[in-house]
Order: sequence, then C-alpha cells, then structure tokens
Amino acid sequence: MSTATLDRPRTSTSSVQVEPVTQSRVLNSEWIKMRSLRSTGLTLLAAVVAMIAIGWIVGWATNAHWATQRPDEIASFNPITNSLNGYHLAQLAVGVLGVLLVSGEYATGMIRATFQSVPTRLPVLWAKAALYAGVTFVLMLVASFAAFLGGQQFLGTHGTSLSASGAVQDIFGVTGYLTLIGIFAVALGFIIRSTAGGIATLFGLLLVLPGIGLVLPTSWQANTLPYLPSNAGASMFSPQTAVGSLSAGAGLVVLVTWVVAALAGAAVLVKRRDA
Amino acid sequence: MIEARNLTKKYGDKTAVNDLSFTAQPGIITGFLGPNGAGKSTTMRMILGLDAPTSGSVTVGGKPYAEHAKPLQVVGALLEARAVHTSRSAYNHLLALAATHGIARGRVDDVIEMVGLQDVARKRAGGFSLGMGQRLGIASALLADPETLILDEPVNGLDPEGIRWVRDLLKGLAAEGHTIFVSSHLMSEMALTADHVIVVGRGRLMADMPMSELIAQASSNVVVVRSPQATALAKALAGKDVTVTSTEQNTLEINGLTAAQIGDRALELNISLHELSSKQASLEEAFMEMTRDEVEFHASTPDDDHTLRSAA
Repeated sequence: MSTATLDRPRTSTSSVQVEPVTQSRVLNSEWIKMRSLRSTGLTLLAAVVAMIAIGWIVGWATNAHWATQRPDEIASFNPITNSLNGYHLAQLAVGVLGVLLVSGEYATGMIRATFQSVPTRLPVLWAKAALYAGVTFVLMLVASFAAFLGGQQFLGTHGTSLSASGAVQDIFGVTGYLTLIGIFAVALGFIIRSTAGGIATLFGLLLVLPGIGLVLPTSWQANTLPYLPSNAGASMFSPQTAVGSLSAGAGLVVLVTWVVAALAGAAVLVKRRDA
Repeated sequence: MIEARNLTKKYGDKTAVNDLSFTAQPGIITGFLGPNGAGKSTTMRMILGLDAPTSGSVTVGGKPYAEHAKPLQVVGALLEARAVHTSRSAYNHLLALAATHGIARGRVDDVIEMVGLQDVARKRAGGFSLGMGQRLGIASALLADPETLILDEPVNGLDPEGIRWVRDLLKGLAAEGHTIFVSSHLMSEMALTADHVIVVGRGRLMADMPMSELIAQASSNVVVVRSPQATALAKALAGKDVTVTSTEQNTLEINGLTAAQIGDRALELNISLHELSSKQASLEEAFMEMTRDEVEFHASTPDDDHTLRSAA
C-alpha cells in the first residue's frame, strides 16, 4: 500500500457504466464467485475421482474374485451398476459443496454483500442452483461415462458395452441423481444457513434415514422407504429389489418433488428472513 | 437522500430501533451517533433492506432500496461486520459484485487503486488486517459510483493517515452532491466530519440538528477553581442554578457562574485563588450527558463521594 495513492481522494471517473441487475448478470456473478474459491475445484475433483476410481476398482476386484462369488451374487450381478458404484461417495462430495456454496456466504458475512447487490434475493437462489446443477451435470456425466467404460474393461469377460440395454440410460440416471442432490444441497444451504447443520441434515436424509427405516414394521417400510431421496434416486439407475420399489420414472418424479419442495422452502425463507 | 419514517425494529421483546424518523440530505455529511448497542447498525441494515422493519419504512432516493433496478448505483455501503468471503481475493470479490450490475473490469481496477489495495488485491481477503478490510469495504461501496454512501464506523482500524483519507474522501463526495450517512460512537470524529448529526440512544432519537448547533449547545461553561479554602468558597457560591463539584482536593468545578463572578466573590470573602479558569465542556461529555440514561451497558464508577452538591 503506497501512501502516494492516498493523498488525493479521487472518487468517480466521471462516468461509470452501470446496468440494471438481471438474472443473467447474477448468474455471471455467481459463476465468478464459484470459480474463485479453491474449495470448489478440490471438492468437484474429489467427486470425479471417487466416481471413476471406485468404478474401476470394483470392476477389477469383481473380475479377480469371480471364482469365489456365491451363486446368488452371480445371479444378481449387473455389470452396468457395478461400474457406477462410485456414486455413493460422489454424492457426499457433491452434497457438501452444494451446502458450502451457500453456507460459506452466511458464515463469512459475504451474503450481506450479495443481497446488497441483489436486494430482490431470489435471483441469487436461482443462479446458485442452476449454475451448480449445470456444473455437476457436465462433470458427473463425463465421470460416469469414464467409470463405465473403464469399469467394463476391468470386468474383462464379465463386462458389457455401451450398446447394452439400459447402459446409457443408467449413466444418465446416475448423473441426474447426483445433479438433483446438488440442487437439493444448495436449497438446504439456504434453509439451514450453517455449514455443519446443512451437511448434517443432508447426510441424515441421504444416509441415516434409510437405515432407521429398516427397523420400521415391514408394512410401513413399503410406504416410506422407497420415497426417501436416496432410495427414490437409486431407482433411477439401479434395479431395486426391495418391496414396493419404484420404477426409474417414478423415482425421478419423487426425487424431483423433494428438490422442488426444498427450493420452494428456501425461496420463502430467503425472501422473509433478515440477512 | 435517505428518509426514515417511524422506523421500528424488534427482536422478540427487545426493541433495537424505536420509532426513528430522520432525513439524510444530499450534499452534506450526516453523522449517525450513538453508543454501542444504540441501534445504528440495525438502522443501516434496514435502509439496505437486509433487515425488514417491524413497522415504519425507509426509502433511499424516494423508493425502498430493493425496488431500485440498479441498487448499487443508489447506495454504496460499508457495514460494520465484514461482508467478504475470507477465501476469495479482493479482486474477485469486487469482480463478482461488479458483474451483478454489468460494471466493467476497468472500474474494479480503479476502485482498488483508489483505496490503495493494488499490492494485495490478488491475495485472500481473509488474511487482511482490519484496516485493509475497511479499505476493501470502501472499495465495494464506491464500485458503482453511488448517489448515497452509508458507512458504519468507517475509520475503525485505520491508522491516522487512513482516517484523514476517509475524512477527505467523504468531504469530497459530499461536495459533489452525494448523500453521506456515516455512523460513529466517537463524538470527536463526528465533530471533524459531520455537517449534521443524528444522535440515537437505545434505538430512540435523541437529537437531530446541525453539528454547529450541537457544539454551541454543548458549550455550557464550567469554571475550574483551585483554592486552599475550597470548602468555604463552595459554601459561599452556593445558590440557585449553581452546581459546585469537587473533583479533587482544593479544586472545584463550578457551573452557572462566570469566572469574573467567582473571582469577585472570592475577593469579597478574602479567599485566595490559585487557579481560576474557564473550561468548555467537550463534545464527548455533551454526548455522554445526552445518552447517559440510554447506554445499554453501564460501567459504574464509585466516585460519587467526591461530589458536593451545593443545592443540598
């Protein structure tokens, strides 16, 4: 900081070109914000690596230990979902980053600068959700194709190809699932506002609730478990064997309903609460 | 121009801002003065639409802040709490804010240079000192060359040179016709910058007047007298509208009489005086007097036994 620049306060360069706030300008602003944080790149890299590495390792391990597999394991073996197993871990990375993109602004006070520049607020919610959905979709689609193609190589003679029935559909299914989880996480971030609370809620919904549900009476399970976000989402790309499981299309509808409900809740709270 | 009408903000049963009405005019610096916890920051957040008033309203340039199409061009603000993501560089922070209003990169470079942050603009804002953080806040406030500037305690953490720089900047902007609304809990700082002052205590309006008027009002004269016969003199001077206070042994502070009247009276009584001087109450004292009952957190001082009330 040189003192020379401080002697003579100069305020305006006579004409600063200022345009009205629009959804596309807010989108551009959020894009600058997203790519100027190192955590974004690192977490997305973790999601991509998890998706690909787990798909390949599982493929290799399955092939190497094929001879020791039990008959029922071989009977239910599906080479497509075998390579897409990395989604278990990838969804955590995608979910954490989705929450963090929002809760990080609340934690640091950045949200006040954000809402000062966009005082109508909702364009910020839409921009963050849309941008993160786009980024997640592109990266996870590439990662899922890579996981599938590599995984089939590692599966050797037990592998299949892209032309197999359901292969491309499942790849898009898992990509869609991860994208929707990303949007869901952004909405949760706006609802909960704290990083710890947001991530705990997300993990609770995705990982803990399905486990708790298993101790419910069987008659209840059929009416609840398939509708949890993780189970409904899984129907989109892997065949479900449990009682009352949803079809791929029904799973998509249920998960989209969860995401829309979360976005609606976030919109109401963002508009109403003090920042 | 900022216009607040019956602005009230309650948090549960605690009232942070209580029926506050005021106007900040363009072309002058309006000081917003009050002790900590008086509701200054809450009022500023309501002006910016960050907090919704419980009742009442506030407009900037004739409309609520959120209804402006180019809000950053209407108000630039530096709030007390930092509003910067600690992991992002100052440059990218400003670039992201600029993008919402289609402001060119060149303007971002300009404001960085204006506040003297060019050497650290690419570093993480989280590593900034308090003074650098304030400069970054001022840079974001100036980004869209706003008509109104709202600054919450802008000189906090600045070195003397930085303080003078902010003062000059605000005076320059006011002279150009901008509305400047600046808060402080320091009367001395306000006395040097503000043309008009709005004083709040516990969320209520205490005073709304030109700075010059406040200074005149504060200048109630106190005469300091030192005498070996201080107690006798104190008794002799007692009367209606006269307050005699003893701050230390043989020293009196007299309110309500001129130095000449006290000197003459001492001569009559043959009391020797070692000192007789007029002292103007400082603005700081006037401010403390005004808000004494409105300070939220009192520090009590056990010095009441030194006080002699002549009226007794």
